[in-house]
Amino acid sequence: MIRVALRGLAGRKFRTVLTAIAIVLGVAMMSGAYVLTDTIDRAFDAIFVESYADTDAVVTGKDAGISFEGETAPPGPIPEGVLEQVRGVSGVEVAAGTVTDFQTKLIKADGESIDTGGAPSFAFGVETAPEYDRFNPLNLVEGRWPSGGQEVAIDERVADEENLAPGDRIGVAALGPARQYEIVGIATYGDLSSLGSATFAIFDIPTAQALLDKRGELDAVQAAAEAGVAPEELVRRIRAEVGASATVRSGSAQATEESDEVATFTTIIRYFLLTFAGIALFVGAFVIFNTLSITVAQRTREFATLRTIGASRRQVLGSVIVEALVIGLLASVIGLFAGLGLAVGLNELFVALNLDLPQTDTVFATRTIIVSLLIGTLVTLVAGLSPALRATRVPPIAAVREGAKLPRSALARFAPSIAVVTVVIAVLALSYALLADGVATGTRFILLGVGVLALFVGVALLSSRLVVPLARIVGMPARRIGGAAGKLAEGNAMRDPGRTASTAAALMIGIALVTFVGVLAEGLRVSNSDAIEQQIQADLVVTSQDGYTEFPAAVGDEAAGLDGTEVVSNVRQDVAEVNGKGANLTGLDGSSINAVYDFRWTEGSDEVLAGMGDDGAVVPDDVADDKELAVGDSFTVLTADNERREFVVRGIYDGSPFYPLLGTASISQSAFDGLYERPRNRFTLINVPGAPGAAQKTSVERGLESFPDTRVLTRQEWIDKEDEEISQFLLLLYVLLALSVVVSLFGMVNTLALTVFERTRELGMLRAVGMTRRQVRRMVRHESVITALIGAALGLPLGIFLALLVTQALSEYDLQFAIPSGALITFVIVSVMAGIVAAILPARRAARLRVLEALQYE
Amino acid sequence: MADIVNLADRAGAAPDGTVVEAHELARVYGEGDTAVQALRGVTLGVERAKLTAVMGPSGSGKSTLMHLLAALDEPTEGYVTIAGTRLGELNDTQVTKLRRQHIGFIFQFFNLLPMLTAEENIALPLTLAGTKPESSFFDDLLGKVGLQDRRKHRPSELSGGQQQRVAIARALVSRPSVVFADEPTGNLDSKTGAEILELLRGSVQDYGQTLVMVTHDARAAATADRILFLADGLIVKELRGADEHQVLAAVEEIALR
Repeated sequence: MIRVALRGLAGRKFRTVLTAIAIVLGVAMMSGAYVLTDTIDRAFDAIFVESYADTDAVVTGKDAGISFEGETAPPGPIPEGVLEQVRGVSGVEVAAGTVTDFQTKLIKADGESIDTGGAPSFAFGVETAPEYDRFNPLNLVEGRWPSGGQEVAIDERVADEENLAPGDRIGVAALGPARQYEIVGIATYGDLSSLGSATFAIFDIPTAQALLDKRGELDAVQAAAEAGVAPEELVRRIRAEVGASATVRSGSAQATEESDEVATFTTIIRYFLLTFAGIALFVGAFVIFNTLSITVAQRTREFATLRTIGASRRQVLGSVIVEALVIGLLASVIGLFAGLGLAVGLNELFVALNLDLPQTDTVFATRTIIVSLLIGTLVTLVAGLSPALRATRVPPIAAVREGAKLPRSALARFAPSIAVVTVVIAVLALSYALLADGVATGTRFILLGVGVLALFVGVALLSSRLVVPLARIVGMPARRIGGAAGKLAEGNAMRDPGRTASTAAALMIGIALVTFVGVLAEGLRVSNSDAIEQQIQADLVVTSQDGYTEFPAAVGDEAAGLDGTEVVSNVRQDVAEVNGKGANLTGLDGSSINAVYDFRWTEGSDEVLAGMGDDGAVVPDDVADDKELAVGDSFTVLTADNERREFVVRGIYDGSPFYPLLGTASISQSAFDGLYERPRNRFTLINVPGAPGAAQKTSVERGLESFPDTRVLTRQEWIDKEDEEISQFLLLLYVLLALSVVVSLFGMVNTLALTVFERTRELGMLRAVGMTRRQVRRMVRHESVITALIGAALGLPLGIFLALLVTQALSEYDLQFAIPSGALITFVIVSVMAGIVAAILPARRAARLRVLEALQYE
Repeated sequence: MADIVNLADRAGAAPDGTVVEAHELARVYGEGDTAVQALRGVTLGVERAKLTAVMGPSGSGKSTLMHLLAALDEPTEGYVTIAGTRLGELNDTQVTKLRRQHIGFIFQFFNLLPMLTAEENIALPLTLAGTKPESSFFDDLLGKVGLQDRRKHRPSELSGGQQQRVAIARALVSRPSVVFADEPTGNLDSKTGAEILELLRGSVQDYGQTLVMVTHDARAAATADRILFLADGLIVKELRGADEHQVLAAVEEIALR
């Protein structure tokens, strides 16, 4: 029996390959996601392991462990004296200090700073004397190490891209205005081929200290043990010497600590990509189910014949299962290796979106192989189960009957009820997951996933009932423009509603998901611009180049001194703990902020701002609710430098929860500067006299030229910029979802090809009674377009419904619901095009049929 | 097309009262050692407004002859003219249009489209040509084939005989120069078969329809005005106005040859 199944597959190579592609793409995405993220992970690991390869003990500042929304406060620096202390510890062979910064921008020749797209822009202060070489993870590829206040070494990527060599000059901007340094060396980080879009600038220690305003301080001290002293022992001895004010770890512990932080980040990317792999596989399952159902139906007589010559039901079942197994395994193997290529493509996609990640040799883990093969094969098997069971129901008598039909499945009778129940359960699960209070996040996600899957399956089951009415509606253009062929196409589409439905359902999923993200993104855009318009009154907004990292306070000071400005108000920001929880703390200039930021007070008034003093604070209403704070209540702030202070709530305002521009709590600028040694601004908000025009903007831009990592925008420009960023992320989602649309496209090709094959004799008759080849092609094409439009007609409302549900769930954040009609029309056009493309080959094949042969075909 | 009332006039292109002519038709299938000579040079004219039957044992070439006459296949040698147009110089679209205009088909297995109603199936050749049936003629035709009260039924709701009536009406609806029927009763019981034959006969009498029927049923052949007997790719005998006994005798004679 197995041989029969395998022979059958071999005899239908083209169809088998076409069917397998449905799974290949999903598996490729899965394997690609693993390969890419594993590779990134290893690159990061390499960075950290490299950093501490010959280090037995590391002394850093005390980590306050404060993080908020993914931003972690780095531990503060330690006094330089610690280095001498460590050197004095017995068992320490050699020790060196380092200074590190993550926000030191390199300036291109045109005066713009190099955009790292969110990746760090490092500055390293290192001891370059040969005896400290073992601590230095950097490798010189050209020139020499910098020494003295005028010299810098830069990374190879920047040198290549900007065409720089030793002897050239480059601008570097940290806390103050940009300064020119002479390049004396080019370096790489370990053996890494790429650090992603991260950049680095290397200085000697005093230069770095001066640049970063860390005079007399170091960020870390690395020590190597004398022979015979274990790292743990060294750590213990150093800890005893430096006391509790600093953290002492072994080199490997420090590497693990740092790479763990990054690992969370790659894990997010991994699951993000795997989600799309899952979607593609889910759509692939529909395609497999559909294709096997059709081929099983077409082979009714073959199964009956097998039964008459003594095959048992179990053997018939086995033969179809083996077929699915072979297809699944074949597809998984191809997909697994295709994933290696796809990983490169995914990385290119991220690079195109400015998300450059470090790379090293490709990692092809055993886990990737096992999981990809297993999941791909399993999905195919599960999808093939129902067609296989139907094949067993073919009675032997069908072998001798003309036009034998496959018997209906045992559950067919209950199908409508099952479909309705599935949809109801799906909607309940989704509503509960999204709208109920107090559900654990894990449960919520599981319910969401199950709900969405069930919704798709339920609607797909129901859709066979919707095909006829829908085909009449979406078939209208076909009837109008397709003439007789169009009319026949419509009839063909309605002929086997189940088949049309499940073909359309595969496309429906893709369309529903793009609609979902499209509608949500439109909501985000509207909410975002509303939130900005509500809050910001300033004529000009100064931010860092990327718009979200904080920039040196010196920028604000510079702006304050400029002519042609009326109000310059700095908004400081940093992470801190507020009442024991990670938060953003904001420092406001009480005398000017109300001119540039619109506080919509629920309690208090603008007067409060000027009188915040050293212990006053204002909080947005949602924070007040959440932390149960009323005017007059006090709360505790703890900074990363272990500064602890009490503040009293003086006012409560409506903080635009969708996009709060001020932090969890806002205090006065003087209090803020008292808490943070190197305060940074989130914004500098500027009003100019009279109506703001291009001239005023240019004059401010020119005034801030010495700070290249800043951006001056009008409010509208800022909104546009944010829109652009949302669009860019949306584009990424569209590209990733396109994969599942492509999978459904193959499903459509499959169904059409099989249908054409099935209707051979009928096509012969049509040709005999006067249908031209053109009309045949048109008929197949219109049927395909109608099927695709049914998919769109199901997918669009479904996507809108899901978006509406999510919008409801996020109502507390003021997320608005908005329909992007342009995008939705585009999706309909894309569906039509998918239909046309899917029909190309089947239509050609149908038109090529020889009339006589087709007529005699059985 | 609407102005053409008399079918006999339409086929007038051929001078001697024939609608379709075959000249020295030969057809070889395959090549080399496995080549099969299905037709070995057949010349004939299909007479206007007559029912011509083509008989012969399996492999005699009768189906091949019909396929060539109906422009479904191309001869290896010789040529066919239909309503004065010589085939073989036409491309696929031109042949399709010629079939659409001049030729009707009745198949053994009806070949109706399951998703269309009886009347839609009947009108199909006209629909494909982008025209509509003339309503008086269409109603008359439906009455003639006895399907007035089955107009909106789908093939699955019709009996075999009714389905073949739909197929006959479909073949007649465009008032083609010639209708070819391939074993039209081959898939029906004898009573229904007799009714269908009567209907075909009637179309020749009432509409002056030219009809060619391939059959190996002697009773069916006996309804024809003219019977051509094929054997080994050649016309070996011709009868006119023969009854069933004469047909059977001829069949036997050929078989014993």
